[in-house]
Amino acid sequence: MYTIELGHFALILAFAIAIGQVGIGAVIWRGASNSGVAYMRNASIFQFVLVAASFAALMFAFATSDFSLLLAYEHSHSQQPLLYKLTSSWGNHEGSLLLWVFILTLFGAAVAMFGGRLPRKLHVLVLANQGLLGAAFIGFTVFTSNPFARILDAPIEGRDLNPILQDVGLAIHPPLLYVGYVGFSVCFSFAMAALISGKIDAAWARWVRPWTMGSWIFLTLGIAMGSYWAYYELGWGGWWFWDPVENASFMPWLAGTALLHSALVMEKRNALKIWTVLLAILTFSLSLLGTFMVRSGILTSVHSFASDPTRGLVILGILAFFICGAFILFALRGPSLRAGGLFAPVSREAALVVNNLFLATATAAVLVGTLYPLVLDAFTGIKISVGAPFFNLTFGALMVPLLIVIPFGPFLSWKRADLFSVSRRLFGAVLVALVVTIIFTAFTWQGANLLPLGFLLAFWVMVGALADLAERSQLFRIAPSRSLRRLMGLPKTVWSTAGAHFGLGVTVLGIVVVSGFETELITTMQPGDQTELSGYTIQYEGERLLQGPNYVTEHADFLVSKDGGKLRTLASEKRNYTARRMPTTEAGIQTFGFSQIYVSLGDKTPEGARVVRVWHKPMITLIWLGTVLMALAGAYSLTDRRMRVAAPKQAKKQAVGQAL
Amino acid sequence: MTRKQKRLAVIAGLSTVVLAAVVFIALAMSSTAAFFVVPSEVGERQIATGQAFRLGGIVKSDSWKQTDTVHDFAVTDCKVEVTAHFEGIMPDLFREGQEVILEGALDAGGTFIATNVLAKHDENYVPKDMADKFEEKGLCPGHTDAT
Repeated sequence: MYTIELGHFALILAFAIAIGQVGIGAVIWRGASNSGVAYMRNASIFQFVLVAASFAALMFAFATSDFSLLLAYEHSHSQQPLLYKLTSSWGNHEGSLLLWVFILTLFGAAVAMFGGRLPRKLHVLVLANQGLLGAAFIGFTVFTSNPFARILDAPIEGRDLNPILQDVGLAIHPPLLYVGYVGFSVCFSFAMAALISGKIDAAWARWVRPWTMGSWIFLTLGIAMGSYWAYYELGWGGWWFWDPVENASFMPWLAGTALLHSALVMEKRNALKIWTVLLAILTFSLSLLGTFMVRSGILTSVHSFASDPTRGLVILGILAFFICGAFILFALRGPSLRAGGLFAPVSREAALVVNNLFLATATAAVLVGTLYPLVLDAFTGIKISVGAPFFNLTFGALMVPLLIVIPFGPFLSWKRADLFSVSRRLFGAVLVALVVTIIFTAFTWQGANLLPLGFLLAFWVMVGALADLAERSQLFRIAPSRSLRRLMGLPKTVWSTAGAHFGLGVTVLGIVVVSGFETELITTMQPGDQTELSGYTIQYEGERLLQGPNYVTEHADFLVSKDGGKLRTLASEKRNYTARRMPTTEAGIQTFGFSQIYVSLGDKTPEGARVVRVWHKPMITLIWLGTVLMALAGAYSLTDRRMRVAAPKQAKKQAVGQAL
Repeated sequence: MTRKQKRLAVIAGLSTVVLAAVVFIALAMSSTAAFFVVPSEVGERQIATGQAFRLGGIVKSDSWKQTDTVHDFAVTDCKVEVTAHFEGIMPDLFREGQEVILEGALDAGGTFIATNVLAKHDENYVPKDMADKFEEKGLCPGHTDAT
C-alpha cells in the first residue's frame, strides 16, 4: 500500500504551497487585485486539502494497524478498539503535530472562504500570514518530526498506546484544545496584517471578534474537558494541578478572555486599539509558547512524548521568529495607530480596562510561576518547583477583585457613567446575593470559617449577571408580561454576557465548595464491609478478574447510598495493560445531584482485603457545568447578526474599502 | 482636571496596581517555591526540619514495607539513602528500583515524611530534573538516560 507515501508526499506539497502563498502574498498585497485574492484563497484551500489527505493517510494506517509505519508500531496495538486506534494517531509527538497543522490549515481555508467581504489588502495579508505559520509548522513536521517514517521489516504487533491515553478523552480533549489554540492564529494574522498595512479601525475588531470568540469557546471546552479527564483518569481525585502543561493552555485562555473584552471596546468605541492588537499577538504567542513547552521535551508530563533536543531547538527558533517578529513590527507600527474614542475613568470602557488589567496580571503571574523554574535551571542549575501554593495565592488574590467588579461592567454606560447611580441599581443584587449566601451557609454549616466570603463572591457574580437582565427588562417596574416581552427582545449579546458571567459564578461556587467541604477516607475493606463518609454509605461487594481487549482488570463492585436512600452501583478498576505491562487505576464515580462519590483502588493486602480510597466531592460538577455554560453563552452570541463572521453591511464595507 | 492630568492619574493608578502585583508575585514565589534535592544533598544542604522540598531518587530494592496504607521505604541515589514514610495509596507505577519524586519535609529523626508521591506516567522516561542531577553528580549510571 502506498497510502503512507502518498500522505507524506501530500504534506511536502502542502509545505511548498505554503511557501508559495507567502511569497506571492508579499509581492501582490499592495495592489491586490481580485485575481490575486483568488490565488491566495485557492492556495489556502488547496493547502488544507493536502494536509487533510495526509492526516487521513496517517489515520488509515493506524486504523488498519499497519505496523510498517514506525509511529503505528510505537503507539498502537492491533487489539485496541477502533476508536483508540484512530485516536492513537495523535497520541504521540509526530501525529499530534500533524493534527495541529491540520487545524491550522483548516482555519486558513476558513478565512479564505468566509473572508469574501474583507478588503482585498487585508485578506491577502491575513492569508499570507497563515501561510507563513503553515510553512513553519508543516516544515517542522516534515523535517524534524516526520510521522510517515517506515520500518523496513514490519513487526507483527505494535507496542500499544500509553494506557493512560486509552480513553475517549483522547478523542475529545486534544482536538478541542487545538482548535482553541490554533484558532487564535487567525487573530494573530489579522493583527499582523493590520500592522503591515497600518490600517486599523472598528471594522477590524468586528472581523476579529467572531474568530476570537470561536477559538475561546473551543479552548474553554478543551481545558474543561482536560480537567475532567485528569480527574477521572489519574485516580488522584484532583481536577486541577497547576501542572506546567495545564498552565500552558490556561495562559492563552486568560489572554484570549482579555482580548474578547478589549475587542468589544474597540468595536463599539474605536478605543484601546494598540492594546487590542498587542493582546491578539500575545494570545497567540502564548499558544505557541504552550506548544513549545509541551512539544520540546523541556517538561516531563503525560503530554510530552519522549522527544529529542533538536526538535526543542527548532521549535524554539520558530517561536522566537514569530514572537520577536510580531513585537518588532508592533514596536515599529504600533505608535502610528491613532488612538480612538476617549472615555471617563468611570465608564464601560474603563471597567473593561480593569478587566484586562487583572486578566493580564493573572496571566503574568501564571507565566512567571511556570517559566521561572525553567529559567532558573537554565542559568544557575538550581532546581525548584513552583506548585499549587504559589498559584493559589497569586492567582486567587488577583481573581478576587476581578470577581467583585464583574457585575458592575454591564451596568455602566459607554463613555461616561455615574458610579453612584449604578451602585444604587446594584444594591438590590447585593442584598439578594447576601441573602442567598446566608441561606446557603446555613444549609452547609460545618463551623466558622472564611468560606462564606467565597460563597458571597460566587453568588454576587451570579446574581449580578441576572440583575443585568432584570434591569434591562425593567422587572418589577412595569407589568410582568411587558417585562417578559422586553426580556425576550434583548439582544443576544446581552444574554450571552449574562450567561457567561453566570457560568463563571457557577464555576467559582463549585471550586469554593469542593475546596472547603471535600472529605476523603482511606481504609481497608473485605468483601461485604461497609464504610461511611459524609452521610454516604459505601459497601464493598467484592471483585472479579476480567479480560479487556488489551488488558486484564481487577474489577471491584461497590454499592453507594446517600442517607440510607436508594442503592447505586459503582465500579472501580485496577487494569494491567499487557503490551506495556503497565498498571492504571480507573476511578469509580457516582454522581448525586451536583456532588460525586469517587472511589479509587489501592493494593490488595495479604489477607485478601483491598485498600480503598473514597472521596466525597461536594458540588464538584459545578466547576465543569459553569465552563460549559460559558462556552454555550459564547456560542449563542455567535448567532447574533452583529457577530456573524466578517459580515459588516455592504455599505460599510465600501466605506472601509475607500478608506484603504 | 485637564485631559493630560487625567491621563497621568490613570497611568499612575495602573502602574501602582501592576507594581503591587509584581511585588506580591515575587513575595509569593520566595515563600512557596520548593527545591528539588537528591539524597546526597540532604545532608550537604542541612535542610531544616519541616521545610518543604522535593526529594528525588530511586526506591531502594527490598526497602518497601507496607501495612495497609502505611508505607516505609528508602530513597537512594546509589550513594546516600534517606528513609521515607508515606500514608496513603501509592501511585500505580511506584516500584522498587525505579525513580520516584516525593513532596514533603524531614521530621526530627531525619525521615522524609512524604505528603505526595509522584511516580512516572510512562515507563519510558526518567524525570528530567532527576536525570540532570544524577548526570551532573555522576550518580547511578544507567538511570540518567531518558530512554
